[in-house]
Amino acid sequence: MLALQDVHTHYGLAHILSGVSMEVHRGEVVALLGRNGAGKTTTLKTVMGLVTPTSGAVRLGDEEITGRPPYRIARAGVGYVPEDRRIFTELTVRENLEVGRQPPREGCPVWTEDQVFELFPALAEMRDRLGGQMSGGEQQMLTIARTLMGNPAVILLDEPSEGLAPVIVEQMARAISELKREGLTVLLSEQNLPFCSAVSDRAYIIEKGVIRYEGPMHELLARPRVLEQYLSV
Amino acid sequence: MEFYLVQALNGLASASSLFLVASGLSIIFGVTRIVNFAHGSFYMLGAYIAYTLVQVLPPGAAGYWAAVLGAALAVGLIGAAVELLLLRRIYRAPELFQLLATFGLVLVVADLVLMIWGPEDLLGPRAPGLRGSVMILGEPFPTYELFMIALGPLVLGGLWVLFHRTRWGTLVRAATEDREMVGALGVNEAWLFTSVFVLGSFLAGLGGAVQLPREAVNHTMDLHIIAEVFVVVVVGGMGSILGAFLAAVLISELNAFGILIFPEITLVLVFLIMAAVLIFRPWGLLGRPEGPPRAPAGEHEPPLRLLGRGFLYFCLAVLAAAAVLPHLLPTYYIRIACEVLISALFAASLGFMMTVGGMASFGHAAYFGLGAYGAALAVTYAQVGTGLGLAAALGLGLAGAVLFGYFCVRLSGVYSAMLTLAFAQIVYAVLFQWYGITGGDNGLLGIWPSDWVSSPLAYYYLTLAVVAVSLFLLRRLAFAPFGYSLRAGRDSALRSEAIGIHVRRVRWVGFVIAGFFAAAAGGLFAFLKGSVFPDYSSIPVSVDSLVMVLLGGVQTLSGPIVGAGVYKVLEVFVNRYTEHWQLILGCVLVGLVILFPQGILGYLVGRFGRSGEEWRGVDGAPAGGRAA
Ligand SMILES: Nc1ncnc2c1ncn2[C@@H]1O[C@H](COP(=O)(O)OP(=O)(O)OP(=O)(O)O)[C@@H](O)[C@H]1O
Ligand SMILES: [Mg+2]
Repeated sequence: MLALQDVHTHYGLAHILSGVSMEVHRGEVVALLGRNGAGKTTTLKTVMGLVTPTSGAVRLGDEEITGRPPYRIARAGVGYVPEDRRIFTELTVRENLEVGRQPPREGCPVWTEDQVFELFPALAEMRDRLGGQMSGGEQQMLTIARTLMGNPAVILLDEPSEGLAPVIVEQMARAISELKREGLTVLLSEQNLPFCSAVSDRAYIIEKGVIRYEGPMHELLARPRVLEQYLSV
Repeated sequence: MEFYLVQALNGLASASSLFLVASGLSIIFGVTRIVNFAHGSFYMLGAYIAYTLVQVLPPGAAGYWAAVLGAALAVGLIGAAVELLLLRRIYRAPELFQLLATFGLVLVVADLVLMIWGPEDLLGPRAPGLRGSVMILGEPFPTYELFMIALGPLVLGGLWVLFHRTRWGTLVRAATEDREMVGALGVNEAWLFTSVFVLGSFLAGLGGAVQLPREAVNHTMDLHIIAEVFVVVVVGGMGSILGAFLAAVLISELNAFGILIFPEITLVLVFLIMAAVLIFRPWGLLGRPEGPPRAPAGEHEPPLRLLGRGFLYFCLAVLAAAAVLPHLLPTYYIRIACEVLISALFAASLGFMMTVGGMASFGHAAYFGLGAYGAALAVTYAQVGTGLGLAAALGLGLAGAVLFGYFCVRLSGVYSAMLTLAFAQIVYAVLFQWYGITGGDNGLLGIWPSDWVSSPLAYYYLTLAVVAVSLFLLRRLAFAPFGYSLRAGRDSALRSEAIGIHVRRVRWVGFVIAGFFAAAAGGLFAFLKGSVFPDYSSIPVSVDSLVMVLLGGVQTLSGPIVGAGVYKVLEVFVNRYTEHWQLILGCVLVGLVILFPQGILGYLVGRFGRSGEEWRGVDGAPAGGRAA
């Protein structure tokens, strides 16, 4: 479904991703694990076209999407949930959802406002509240809901558990499992191993812009040495 | 009583037209973050095009209103072309260059308008159906003014519906906050920007078109309105449409009543109001503070370098050459050489505040003009000689810079740039309107130098001496502890505050220094020409100084001097062959911004990797310099 092939990305002169290759199959939830500054966000931004890779290719299905502007990558079916959420603070919850709304796409689950409210009931109770007046957890739900309104085929989730209370993290895990059931493909960047292991099928570990490990989630959990070396768990 | 009511209604009618233009500027800024200096030009084009369409279309109400709407639409289309051809290429360029490119557009439009419609004022017909007047409390009041009064709130309401009740409006408001995210959600921001720009231009065009029955169409409408519009958006708060409306009403009412009390200089009242608002609400009535400017990742200014002995010898050689030069030139060229020297000082003063202080001014001519008038007023009213005349120039320039600088350094980025321009326009208006003292547009004549410097050669040496000493002082200041504080404030205001630098005060002093030396240039210029005119502080003169600085490159201290030389010589020669210097300059500006966003010297240095005069070598080592 989504594939990166030997992707190199620079910020100015700094070489951040050095030949990242990974693949996410249809209907999978794949975790991208790594410490702070390992290059997780950069990987997702590269897929989204928010930074342009210096070499390598990103494919969605049979289409190569490398170098396209972000809006075209979004329209091709990639949904992006940024790490810092980037809610429109001056817009209400419903207006935030409206910005994300895109026409239905063939072969992708279709989301309506009512359906995302069903997924995140807390949001339904604050439809007309301004984005800037919501708690971190509520904003995290809204940013996912907003992306779902674009009816994506693949969704890139950047550290959805970061800074959230354990109860909310549990809700997030449930929501992600729900998305998987609906047939969505998810690439999840995380540092929170327990959260990841509950929802992911496979995992990649990235360190200093290089993929160091790849395998099914349960296999990774059975390798304490790998976990310790790359994730200090 | 009745009279006052009518006066208030007049104010409201003017407020509507001001609001139309200001809201357009504000909307465009909100989304694209570009202050479109050409917005006043769009307003002027709206008026001219409406004038022509009214002549062409069949007479009668339908034809008339079709002309008004057609003009607004035409300006909208022109806006689309400008966005697609120019702005799209420069959204990522530094702010200053964006402003400069739209400035170039102002010059181009101004010249084209002169070419197409000629210099005369054009009087349009009155609006069919709204020609008469109604009685209000026994006073006749023009019906058209009532229409204008209604138009403002109508447009305000329309814009509110557009922004809050349509998907397009929601997307635009979202893009105002976070463009990139809107794109990542699948919205084609490029087209969103274009449509916003078209709407803003349409409003400006409409504002111009509805002026047709109210005032004669003329080619100075652009700069006249843009200064007022800047005041309105600064007072109302950038990006706030309601704020623009409130500010437009406030300022227009002030003008309407101010004219009763202080008919000669109503703009002074406007200035006072603006000052009061900015002291209490630096971001305007309904504006929100801007975040700190986002510096692009991985880029920073190369540090200025103290120069070695080599550069000192070079300077002395240039000075010696300048001293010998007049003996080789005919008298006419001696005067041109004086002008070049004066321009160099003028540009260097602006360059100082931009390079060392990181503050841009779009109204540096204010201090040049104040300097010139300081000298001229002293000569005219106190019959002083050249020495005291120059001292008066410095005094008046200093006073202006102290006063205006106080406000300008409180703001940053585009706010500050707009404010500098508005102040310069105020100086211009005062010089222009205060007929009794300044002679209005006739200027003050007979400002000749005293006997001891009355020959061209002697005056040349005086100029050379003043300019050389000033340039030397500017340089010393840049490398004095004060200069370091100023640079620290430029690079990181927060961190400088943390180590105990009073950034605002340091900037204020920097601003005043720049104004002071600009006034010196203005004073020299007054005696060189023997006369002064309000034009000395007009926008084109401010642009000249900016162009000279940018031509040479903002990152070097002596760039502006090189820029001034190149620019002045070019101007003299181009003016010989064509009257369209403005058009050419405008095109050159736009072209330069697109091609060399670093300035010429900056470009050469970057291109050829030579460690240039003030540039740190590539390896970071001072290239043959001597440490401080
Ligand atoms: N805009 C930028 N300019 C320069 N370097 C950057 C930029 N953004 C990130 N980096 C650098 O790139 C590297 C990877 O950053 P990235 O944000 O991808 O890490 P991450 O794995 O997402 O970390 P975290 O868990 O903290 O979010 C880091 O060393 C970071 O300092
Ligand atoms: Mg990250």
